[in-house]
Amino acid sequence: MSETIDQIFVILKDWIMGNVSAGMRPIFSALLSVVPVLVVFPLLFAFTTVLERKGLGRIQNRYGPNRTGPYGFFQPLADAVKSLTKEDIVPRAADQVVHFLAPLLLVSAVFLGYAVLPVGRNMVVADLNAGVLFFFAVGSLVELAVFMAGWSSRNKYSLLGAMRAIAQMISYEVPLVLASIVAIMAAGSLSTVSIVRAQAGYTGIWPHWFVLTPWGFAGFVLFMIAATAESNRSPFDLPEGESEIIAGYYIEYSGFKFALFFLGEYLGMFATSAMAITLFLGGWAAPFSFLTWVPSYFWFFAKLLTMIAGFIWIRGTLPRLRMDQLMNFAWRFMLPMTLFNIFIAGVWHFMPAGFSRWFVCAILVAAPCILLSRGLKQEKKLQVRTYRFAE
Amino acid sequence: MTVSFLILATLTIAGMAAAMSLRNLIHCVLALTLGFAGLAALYLYLGAQFVGFTQILVYVGAVAILAVFVIMMTQSAGPMTRPAPASSWAIGSLVAGSVFAILAWAIRSSDVSREILPSETEATVHQIGDALMHRFVLPLEIIGLLLTVALIGAVILAMHEKRETR
Amino acid sequence: MLGKGLLNGLAETARNFLGSYVSKDRLTTVQFPEERVPPIEAARNFPFLIYDGESRQQGLRCVSCLICEKECPPKCIFIEKSQDKKPDASGKPQFYPAVFNIDVSVCMSCQICVEVCPFDAIKMDVAFELSTDNRFDGLLWNKEQLSKPNEYYRAIHPTEAAAVDAQLAESRAKMEAKSKSAAEARSGDAASPQMQSVSGATEK
Repeated sequence: MSETIDQIFVILKDWIMGNVSAGMRPIFSALLSVVPVLVVFPLLFAFTTVLERKGLGRIQNRYGPNRTGPYGFFQPLADAVKSLTKEDIVPRAADQVVHFLAPLLLVSAVFLGYAVLPVGRNMVVADLNAGVLFFFAVGSLVELAVFMAGWSSRNKYSLLGAMRAIAQMISYEVPLVLASIVAIMAAGSLSTVSIVRAQAGYTGIWPHWFVLTPWGFAGFVLFMIAATAESNRSPFDLPEGESEIIAGYYIEYSGFKFALFFLGEYLGMFATSAMAITLFLGGWAAPFSFLTWVPSYFWFFAKLLTMIAGFIWIRGTLPRLRMDQLMNFAWRFMLPMTLFNIFIAGVWHFMPAGFSRWFVCAILVAAPCILLSRGLKQEKKLQVRTYRFAE
Repeated sequence: MTVSFLILATLTIAGMAAAMSLRNLIHCVLALTLGFAGLAALYLYLGAQFVGFTQILVYVGAVAILAVFVIMMTQSAGPMTRPAPASSWAIGSLVAGSVFAILAWAIRSSDVSREILPSETEATVHQIGDALMHRFVLPLEIIGLLLTVALIGAVILAMHEKRETR
Repeated sequence: MLGKGLLNGLAETARNFLGSYVSKDRLTTVQFPEERVPPIEAARNFPFLIYDGESRQQGLRCVSCLICEKECPPKCIFIEKSQDKKPDASGKPQFYPAVFNIDVSVCMSCQICVEVCPFDAIKMDVAFELSTDNRFDGLLWNKEQLSKPNEYYRAIHPTEAAAVDAQLAESRAKMEAKSKSAAEARSGDAASPQMQSVSGATEK
């Protein structure tokens, strides 16, 4: 019975495919796989916008939106109506074609990434052999879209925001990919489905999730930090710093195109969290062996919602990082840490199972972490001020 | 010559042709990026998943960005005026046409085009990794060394510049 | 410990988030039209005229001395003195304002009219929800709209009202005592013109 509920969508799809003629089958198969993604994740986006505003509000000792609908949950509808009816202003000096294409490229690239995420058991749009690589390749299209947006507006500040955004995204893409390598090493495959399958076992009641190992935990934390930076979220939201350069690279966009950028940013956040869930948190696997009767897609979305809550929490807590602090952090802490993590995962693989490998790997993770962060801290010794012109 | 191949090939060629002939330099780079994406699609069409995705990751995600950064930082004025067609365009197109003809004849008459490839070739990442670590480990290490040298060289160049401007 | 600041910060925000559901301290929003902040006594927004008793015409304290019109810095008060006299609250016949208009859009709530009024006739109101959809007629208030009873004044500014009432009662008592002694003196011998002190100093 729980098997049926778990596979209900797969069974539904098979039934519909059975009723379709053989010629139309590929199209219908593609449609049936893709349309749910196109429906569910934007709905989740709408839900997240209101959750975020209410969550941030409560963190900041105020109500969030609470006038539209019960407890403000119809706010996304109001936002949708607003962004669709706003006038679409394109600056006269802007590059019309590129200005139009930038949000489209962003949203398309982000939606492409959802093709390799296993939402439940046997529920993935495309089981690619090099799934993780596809995901990162598609993620790198986002940088091009950001550049197009910043450049085509013909606005100094927009360009500045775009340059900073691209620099940040490129810098954090390296730790992102390197942090995911440990999970690939442990599972032995680039296919997301096999990575999840490798984590779906249990010893006793404890799951085999990679996050429960020292290298997996370090990898997860590093991946999440890099994911926050990739989607330009606080504390890494300098490119879109709301109080500084207002909207950075999408400053000249209004109405629906702005909504598309917003959508693209949040969907990117969901996609990278979903990839983190797939790589480290066991995908659709239940946390304890006695909970496997709950359908797999429920666990996936529960984990996704938890990560979204974590993103909102971090956004409400941490101040924004400056550009140089951001870059320092990426190149001088995260990159060496991810490289050490790969080494540690190798050590784990070759040591015999038992307490000793836990101990050794934990030490090996903690030591570079502490040493690197010591190196990152800048001891500001107060110096005597010298003036060039004043005396 | 299936429909999808025709579409991909047209897209790639159109992108590359646009990259040569557009006025605005940034538009040229974006058309070049489209050509890169078309190439990646052709690799995927041939079943080389790893190469295809790496093509996107490296070319579109890094090389194109590098190109636009360079153009952005070195461009002085706005869009360029249309350059007058060079007086030697007749000879140039003749040379290009003859090179294309020679290449096409060479490929068509070689053995490679006559091999019957298995219909489902798939160069999995597993096989590539195996090959890299067993058969091609020496070239891998040499390339790694080369890249390290390049990286160090770039850092030294940048550092020297900083010291000079101090 | 490494990361202590981060964890402390996260703990504080979590405390804020969860605490906002249980304690009012961590959710200080006052949702305006439904809930209101308790009013402060010394607040002021716009002047109003006071009348004693029930009748607006009868009990209006203003005797149309025109001092507030002269002293108003943006000149937003427009008074027309009446031709006849009418007895005021203490029975003495006084002029009264036939027309008393204040332009709401011009008034800057400086309270000078209140400070100079010798009769405690004009005081500051605290109502601030004065929006109207007619910029010209809706924002020129006449005598009917401006006059409010003394009970209202007592309700919004209890301390001030108490002081004013006490002073008015005292001066009235003094006047009555004087008039009684004057009547007695007049009934006694030939009256000498007595200086009548006008009722009391206005307080700030």
